[in-house]
Amino acid sequence: MRRRVQTFAVHGVLVVAAALTVLPLVWMVAASLMPTGEASAVPPRLVPSAATLDHYRALFARLHLTRALLNSAGLATAVTLVSLFLNSMAGYGFAKFRFAGRDRLFRVLLGALVIPAQVAMLPLFLILRALGAIDTYWAVVVPGMASVFGIFLVRQYALGIPDSVLDAARVDGAGEFRIYRSLVLFLCAPVLITLAVFTFMGTWNDFMWPLIVLADDRLYTLPVALANLAGEHVQDTELMMAGAVLTVLPVMLLFVFLQRYYVAGIMSGGVKE
Amino acid sequence: MGRGRIDPGWGFVAPALLAIGAFFFVPVVASLLLSFTDFDVYAVARPDRLRLVGLGNYARLVAEPRFRTALANTAYFVIVGGPLSVAASLGAALLLEAKVARWKGVFRTVFFLPVVTTLVAVAVVWRYLYHPRHGLLNLLLGVFGIGPIDWLGDPRWAMPAIILLAVWKNFGFNMVIFIAGLQSIPERLYEAARMDGASGWQQFRRVTLPMLAPTFLFVAVVTMIGYFQLFAEPYVMTQGGPANSTLSVVLLMYEEGFRWWNMGYGAAVAFVLFAIILLLTLVQLRLRAREAIP
Repeated sequence: MRRRVQTFAVHGVLVVAAALTVLPLVWMVAASLMPTGEASAVPPRLVPSAATLDHYRALFARLHLTRALLNSAGLATAVTLVSLFLNSMAGYGFAKFRFAGRDRLFRVLLGALVIPAQVAMLPLFLILRALGAIDTYWAVVVPGMASVFGIFLVRQYALGIPDSVLDAARVDGAGEFRIYRSLVLFLCAPVLITLAVFTFMGTWNDFMWPLIVLADDRLYTLPVALANLAGEHVQDTELMMAGAVLTVLPVMLLFVFLQRYYVAGIMSGGVKE
Repeated sequence: MGRGRIDPGWGFVAPALLAIGAFFFVPVVASLLLSFTDFDVYAVARPDRLRLVGLGNYARLVAEPRFRTALANTAYFVIVGGPLSVAASLGAALLLEAKVARWKGVFRTVFFLPVVTTLVAVAVVWRYLYHPRHGLLNLLLGVFGIGPIDWLGDPRWAMPAIILLAVWKNFGFNMVIFIAGLQSIPERLYEAARMDGASGWQQFRRVTLPMLAPTFLFVAVVTMIGYFQLFAEPYVMTQGGPANSTLSVVLLMYEEGFRWWNMGYGAAVAFVLFAIILLLTLVQLRLRAREAIP
């Protein structure tokens, strides 16, 4: 009897909490499909009286969000590929080679995790400006080329590669880079997928840095374009919700399909001390 | 192997180290130097007019009411929002790890969804949810006879509104870490506690919480560091208002540095933030280390 009460209570709380958690997202989608003005109806509605895709059409045709969507996708892909390459090399290097000063260097890198990214932003802006990279795609890619978190993640995983496997390849006459390229990358595939999902989502969702370095609205990423629209179209609730859906949907789909890898990444960061 | 005596390991770590060095470590050091100068909009055009002002920016900052307001607001956000968010994470993790719970995968995915959303997009959504007249939140509260509250228009409610959004957006992240922590507690500890006649609450106090201590430390430090960097929520929802009630330290740095080009002053703001984060991180690590000894 007590167990049944407990079962009921636990599920009651879970269902209410889950409903409250998805409510803002459900409303976002519903409002994006409502005819103009309906999202501001009193009392508020959760279901459109007649679903319409007009606001999505307006986003693409009138507000040129196609361009921002492509910018976001392109930049997130570029940062993911470059950082995957650099982080996997460094993670492997820290895990499997014993060069002088390695451990101290690695500790310095980990220590840098306490430094908020904002501390570097002002001089980084000036440096990139001197290089002529402000207001170009480069400005977004450059700071994301390598990350301490990514190196750490790959290193933890690469520690598990048996030395005997690498030595066997060396005996067969394979060069070091060849071993990395054809053997290590293959063995590290699961953690590389995790890192790829993380980096892609992080770059897609990033706001402050693209906001700072992109002034030309043709270069805007979706979050910057959306924040900009939110200033101009405060009254167009339905239009803004369509913009929000467009921004959120790609990363959410990515998460739903790859959540196994994403969650594995968080756990490996949190549990391994 | 490679030519000469250089270990090939260097070849593997060098590209990433160069990138992090050039685009993170160098700017961090430069930022400290910048904070000792009067770098402003004139210096952007003519760097030769730059002057060293020593600790002048820091002195100005301490005396500036806007900075103190930003610091107080950020502290409010961290001190109230941080623990609330950690508590929500732990609550969700405990529910999902309850023996009787079913459909754990589905609930976990739902609780995690806000984490992967774009902050700017959900801030835009919540701005409408907080609308005093046709927002969903006031409708919901109205059912319980509360309200209506002018969430983003009332200086007393704007920060709580931002905290609520942040808790909703973030609790799923720490929840996953807590789940991993809970799963690593050996079942035999609970069995032993039950043999000794411990109640459910006593098991929670005497087994679960102590065994979660390392997880708590990790979650507390990471959450604190993240919450000190509050920026996009006030930028999108309130622009720091009303009456500066949601002006955060990073928003202040952004405005000073990138809107008014007071880069020397902005760098000083950033460094004070860093110093506070570093100090509090060290304090937390110390406190927990001392607790762990007995």
